[in-house]
Amino acid sequence: MTTAVETETALGKPIRRKEDAHLLHGQTNWTDNIQLPGTVHMAILRSPMAHAKITKLDVSGALAQAGVVAAYGAKELGDLNGGVPCVWPVTDDIKMPAFPALAIDKVRQVGDCVAVVLATSAAAAVDALDSIVVSYEQLPAVTDMEAALESGSALVHDEIETNACYVYKMPCGDYEASRAKADVVVARRFINQRLIPTFMEPRSVVAAPMGMSDEITIWSSTQIPHVLRVLLALVTGIPENNLRVVAPDVGGGFGGKLQCYREEILVTNLAKKLGRPVKWTETRSENMVATHHGRDQIQDIEIAATKDGKILGLKVTLLANMGAYLQIITPGVPLLGMFMYPAIYKMDSYDFTCTGVFTNKTPTDAYRGAGRPEATYAIERIVDELAAEIGMEPMELRKKNWITHDEFPYTTVAGLTYDTGNYEAATEKALAMFDYDGLRAEQAQRRASGDPVQLGIGISTFTEMCGLAPSRTLGALKYVAGGWEHCTVRALPTGKIEVVTGTSPHGQGHETAWSQIASSILGVPVEDIEVIHSDTGRSPYGMDTYGSRSLAVGGQAIKAASERLVEKARVIAAHQLECSASDLEFINGSFQVKGDPSKSQALGAVAFEAFTAHNLPPGVEPTLQAEATIDPVDFSYPHGTHLAAMEVDTETGQVKVRKYVCVDDVGMQVNPMIVEGQVHGGVAQGIAQALFEGAEYDEDGNLLTASLADYLIPSAADLPSFDTGTTVTPSTTHPLGTKGVGEAGTIASTPAIINGIVDALRHLGVTDVAMPASPQTVWRTIQAAKEGAK
Amino acid sequence: MAHITVTVDGTSYTSEVEPRKLLVHWLREDIGRVGTVVGCDTSNCGACTVLLNGRSVKSCSVLAVQADGCQVTTIQGLSDGNEWHPVQAAFKECHGLQCGYCTPGMVMAAVDLLSENPKPSESEIREGLEGNLCRCTGYHNIVKSVSYAADLMSAGPTKGAK
Repeated sequence: MTTAVETETALGKPIRRKEDAHLLHGQTNWTDNIQLPGTVHMAILRSPMAHAKITKLDVSGALAQAGVVAAYGAKELGDLNGGVPCVWPVTDDIKMPAFPALAIDKVRQVGDCVAVVLATSAAAAVDALDSIVVSYEQLPAVTDMEAALESGSALVHDEIETNACYVYKMPCGDYEASRAKADVVVARRFINQRLIPTFMEPRSVVAAPMGMSDEITIWSSTQIPHVLRVLLALVTGIPENNLRVVAPDVGGGFGGKLQCYREEILVTNLAKKLGRPVKWTETRSENMVATHHGRDQIQDIEIAATKDGKILGLKVTLLANMGAYLQIITPGVPLLGMFMYPAIYKMDSYDFTCTGVFTNKTPTDAYRGAGRPEATYAIERIVDELAAEIGMEPMELRKKNWITHDEFPYTTVAGLTYDTGNYEAATEKALAMFDYDGLRAEQAQRRASGDPVQLGIGISTFTEMCGLAPSRTLGALKYVAGGWEHCTVRALPTGKIEVVTGTSPHGQGHETAWSQIASSILGVPVEDIEVIHSDTGRSPYGMDTYGSRSLAVGGQAIKAASERLVEKARVIAAHQLECSASDLEFINGSFQVKGDPSKSQALGAVAFEAFTAHNLPPGVEPTLQAEATIDPVDFSYPHGTHLAAMEVDTETGQVKVRKYVCVDDVGMQVNPMIVEGQVHGGVAQGIAQALFEGAEYDEDGNLLTASLADYLIPSAADLPSFDTGTTVTPSTTHPLGTKGVGEAGTIASTPAIINGIVDALRHLGVTDVAMPASPQTVWRTIQAAKEGAK
Repeated sequence: MAHITVTVDGTSYTSEVEPRKLLVHWLREDIGRVGTVVGCDTSNCGACTVLLNGRSVKSCSVLAVQADGCQVTTIQGLSDGNEWHPVQAAFKECHGLQCGYCTPGMVMAAVDLLSENPKPSESEIREGLEGNLCRCTGYHNIVKSVSYAADLMSAGPTKGAK
């Protein structure tokens, strides 16, 4: 068999996006744009209390209001009050309390759903909520994870008699032996604060019986139409083959739309019950309390090393806030971080323990990076602290301990095998772009002169694990689904190509990038390729988009399906050209007889022959299409070096990112323009955790940051431009050599920023700064250090 | 109910509206101009930005009745059919959008910014777009887009089409 010859390829080019034309002209199809005849709109009465008994609930008053079609509490809803699923029971003895869509007898978080009203307009539904009578008996709210674990604490779920959801341990090597050998042990407690994903498009869901059959079509602003279809079938009892889930234009996700939400369950069940379209769109204020949150871990981390800077072992003890309930992968998020605390460093031992804790807060779940930003933050912070402790330059300490490029593939102490990497090359390039030595000199000068604005240099040499995931690995971790991805490629009789993918984009540019991959193999122009996605009716198989998996896994399926299509076409072309298949070369989308370029047939012509089927070789079926379902052989491990020059005004606590340089190695790049955009956005979200964002609760469990007026996501005026660069070390676990880029920036940037602030202030006695490092927090930290020095 | 007449993207619409109805809800629900979107309920995000008599406003902070007798331009009316306004062309060229949800508001705010300041510096662009939030791009390429659009517009109207 001859191989495909690629003379002109779209791979690796910064092709402008196909997606942009409709988005830039307002010709969009957001879920909330859908207005079906006869729609009823759902509004939700939410709990204003974090923990309370519902002593009275009467929805009858709402039914008397103009335009109201129906109103339900949990009692009225009965069997249609589905339970929100969790698919990752991480231990055999994990506590998994029920999470009914509408609260039954008790509310456990501000924002819990208590009742719903359905009316002929959204405004009428909201107005009628005021006519529902509800009484609460307030109970003590569980808001502090450590207090939650003490005996005698109030319980979030009485029936499980504890607030501990699970304890997960992973001992690797003998940490106590490493500790005994160590000259230096540095221990720190870091608070990885709670964040709110805050995608720009609020969630929206429309469900409608579609008339022709028993099908219910569900449009949802989701990252996971395929997974959602399976889960809705299991939860609602509606046969899976009667459900079609469509994710139309989706305005961001960042993990926040990787979920099977209670509102999706309610809308689906009520459309079926009422026999008409039901629609719900959240307000931003609802979004802040009812969309899952991320992070929220207390991290106790201890590193043992020799006095000359050889890392011997690492111990990590986490408290991970589950919130009030378990959602799709709530318990598993800390475990995605578990493997990554040892990061790029060689060591003898690693001891990990995580306790999941229930509190009366919004459930946590995946948020951009999901476990890995937390891990990277803790390890990159503690490495800087170790450097300070032993008086070593922090980059030198990293170089002394990292895996060198000639040691790959390398199996880490946590048991992962990193396929490739070159930390030296990325770091060398970043240092040059940054003018590291020049900035160190300026830092020394500012310290010497007692400048009120001090300069710090923050380093983050990170790696991450992406491309979820080998199905067997997921099974071993008790995750109940696989990690494969599917693609079907069809050559249509008119010469156009359809690439049907199971990935589900919401800003990542899959339509453009997947066309580039298929184009490079099929020799068909990018503009003649249509990528079909995010609709279980048109793309029946898929595991969707999260965990930087779409290219890392889905890209493999596109490549494999495209190559299979070429081989199917080759047999037909050989028949047409009256030669043997092995005599054909495939060049620029055309089969040519070797040595006789005058005899050729283009792929489009082959597709037409397959369509008419007038002259196919014996045994070849009509139509030209090929499928591939790929289970990845392993994860992939992007890495990079991020450097932040931080100016800190010691008199006001004001912090400024003066310069941000990052060199990321995400392997081969399909579209470097999209890669760079992903890095920009990722870095911005990581900086936002370091400097601006934090979901704050009071002791009664009220979310104090429940609007965009109170929860500070940065604007253009709050951020700098970024100096980005790349190195390319191809992955060996992926046939295209690609890794993944969706989360890299977010994982890397947070510790770079905080390390930079601490570095600017270390001579004042500062050894840590809490996140978000607001001017007030930084100023107080400086004052506390001064007090401590007295 | 109040009686209003508003010209939206060149078409005159006459409508009975509740006095409490926001302009953005009227655009989306009553006349089907769904290109303009809602991103928050506190007037922070700017996703709903339109031009009202040529100046940018957040259409969630204007009542429909206040737009009576006015000209409204939305992202759908910025250019004709398949034509591209230079700001639209620049956002595509510079990858100034990812998910695209903030884009209608961001583009309209940028159009207004450039009408006021045809050659803004980076910091003037950043300050000028402060009222429009984006969660995908980190703003880096949005700033580049607006700067590039300024170049296109100063080079003359024919250079904008892409």
